[in-house]
Amino acid sequence: MTFLSVTDLQVSFSTEDGTVKAVDGVSFNLERGKTLAIVGESGSGKSVTSQAIMALHTGRGTTVSGQIELNGTDIVTASEEKLRSMRGNEMAMIFQDPFASLHPFYRIGSQLAEAVYAHRKVSKKEAKAEALRMLNKVGIPNPEQRIEDYPHQLSGGMRQRVMIAMALINGPELLIADEPTTALDVTVQAQILELLAELQAEFNTAIILITHDLGIVADKADEIVVMYGGRIVEQAGLHDLFYKPQMPYTVGLLSSVPRLDSAGNRLLSIGGQPPSLINLPTGCVFNPRCAAKNPDIAPRCESERPELREVGENQFVRCHLDEEQREKFATTRLAEVLEGE
Amino acid sequence: MAAYVIRRILTGILILILLSLVTFLVFNALPADPAALTCGKSCNPQVIAANRIRLGLDQPLYVQYLDFIKGIFFGRTYGSGTATFKCDIPCLGYSFRKGEAVTPLILKALPVTIWLSLGAFVLWLVPGVLLGIYASRRQGRIQERLVLGSALVGYSFPSFFIGLLLLFFVVIRWQWLPYPNYISPFEDPVQFLQTMILPWITLALVFMAFYIRLTRNQLLETYSEDYIRTARAKGLREGTVIRKHALRAGLTPIVTAAGLDLAGLLGGAIITESIFSLPGVGKLAVGAVVDSDLAVITATVLVAGTFIVVANIVVDLLYAVIDPRVRLA
Repeated sequence: MTFLSVTDLQVSFSTEDGTVKAVDGVSFNLERGKTLAIVGESGSGKSVTSQAIMALHTGRGTTVSGQIELNGTDIVTASEEKLRSMRGNEMAMIFQDPFASLHPFYRIGSQLAEAVYAHRKVSKKEAKAEALRMLNKVGIPNPEQRIEDYPHQLSGGMRQRVMIAMALINGPELLIADEPTTALDVTVQAQILELLAELQAEFNTAIILITHDLGIVADKADEIVVMYGGRIVEQAGLHDLFYKPQMPYTVGLLSSVPRLDSAGNRLLSIGGQPPSLINLPTGCVFNPRCAAKNPDIAPRCESERPELREVGENQFVRCHLDEEQREKFATTRLAEVLEGE
Repeated sequence: MAAYVIRRILTGILILILLSLVTFLVFNALPADPAALTCGKSCNPQVIAANRIRLGLDQPLYVQYLDFIKGIFFGRTYGSGTATFKCDIPCLGYSFRKGEAVTPLILKALPVTIWLSLGAFVLWLVPGVLLGIYASRRQGRIQERLVLGSALVGYSFPSFFIGLLLLFFVVIRWQWLPYPNYISPFEDPVQFLQTMILPWITLALVFMAFYIRLTRNQLLETYSEDYIRTARAKGLREGTVIRKHALRAGLTPIVTAAGLDLAGLLGGAIITESIFSLPGVGKLAVGAVVDSDLAVITATVLVAGTFIVVANIVVDLLYAVIDPRVRLA
């Protein structure tokens, strides 16, 4: 049985301006010990997807449909009590801004212990021992002292380590990391990613790594899902996605990653803005910003929504271009970046 | 932290000195001649002149003020020779209207006001916060509008209206309760409760609406905080998330408002005390204003001011208890 399987996930919010389809028809699978990266810009639906897996969309006017099966339990239809017992226990999450994500009024020791109490009947002493053990594991020096600290007394990297300790304290099989390094200093980013990889190897945790930065997933992900406008536009294994990108959007993302090893130092940005989810363009959602426009199929791109189709082994793309056209665009575009034109 | 506390207390004392000075000067600038008020219809210029000297009113204002302050800390003696009156520490002046020192007058009135304020405080704060939590949990639904709407009704009516309405129906029309007649709870707890329940409800209705709205608004703000999402992601029960995480974070303004409102009431709930004939500080103050009893007016203002200043300090210290970031700053 697949460990996590998401099938045709749809999340929509009703707002005063109309219904926002934040996630539309997202499907993917994930096995224990593997990492799936979800990549996309703000508003692409990546965070909404992850919060749907944690069943954190409780607001009124939010509709979640489709299937999210974790270990055989369907999260979309599960009872609130069942979900509560799963959150922090079978699935856990860390967030972009560790400072805002820790309660400012409680000592980190008590915030860690609280996560233990939520799922296990343990004594105060045992909970504290657990907290210390986890702080040690995530590489916090002097955990005996740090446990008495408040979040504002720690550095950004330390706070994210505390968040990781809190997320993993009950040994969840799934960890969702929503932009875990975005709010951190560059030097700390690598440490946090390294730590996640180490802990993953130790606990055999499945990780969903959500990011807007293809650079940080380069050596961490097994599979990558690229989202745009609430939909998956490309899905592939790490190697294929980096070496044989198919979707013009993925190509655009790849050409906008700064590289130290290329002689050319031209950075290509993707023109335009992400689409408004209330008022999506007709046809291909990416069409208005697409740099691979081709007069032969332009009318199709403007009028017809492309389906996600399999173009290689475990590689899926949502694009009207044929294989030859896609390959040609990707090759010339990436060559431009590498050579600085 | 200790330095902070000491600094706050010193500022508080300074504020009280300024307050007493201003009150003293304002009331002495009034056209009423305090010496002329010391005797009734039988007054003649000789008695007034004699009383002026006995009260020290012949002295320049600053001497009078210093005598007043000295009296608070060391007590003072009015008059000389055979007709002296000793006013004990803390001497807040002598009321010729009542023929009594002011301090015992205040001490007699204060328990009434304290009982009134504390009872009303509990009666508005607890339901106010609970209804605020409830409203925030039902955001956008009919229940929320119902709670906020009925709170607004209580809020819109002035306390004298609610007080009179309660008095008229409950006591006079339906005769569910005897006419309010204050007695100490230690003497007759039943009569005490019978007397206090309507004033408590009157004050609570007026204040509660504000606390419902405040609690609701604070909670709605904290619900969207990242750490609330973290608390849910940890698998905490919804009740714990709200009580331990959201409410704690939104508590600061509620504590501020509650502290200052309570202190304001302790200085005398003028209207409510008058309606229900409660012999508290507020009623004392009203009587003093009507009688131009300067000594009592000055003293009640000072007492009310002291409550506010002390409450401010207490509230600021409570911040540090609630929010560890304040403690270390």
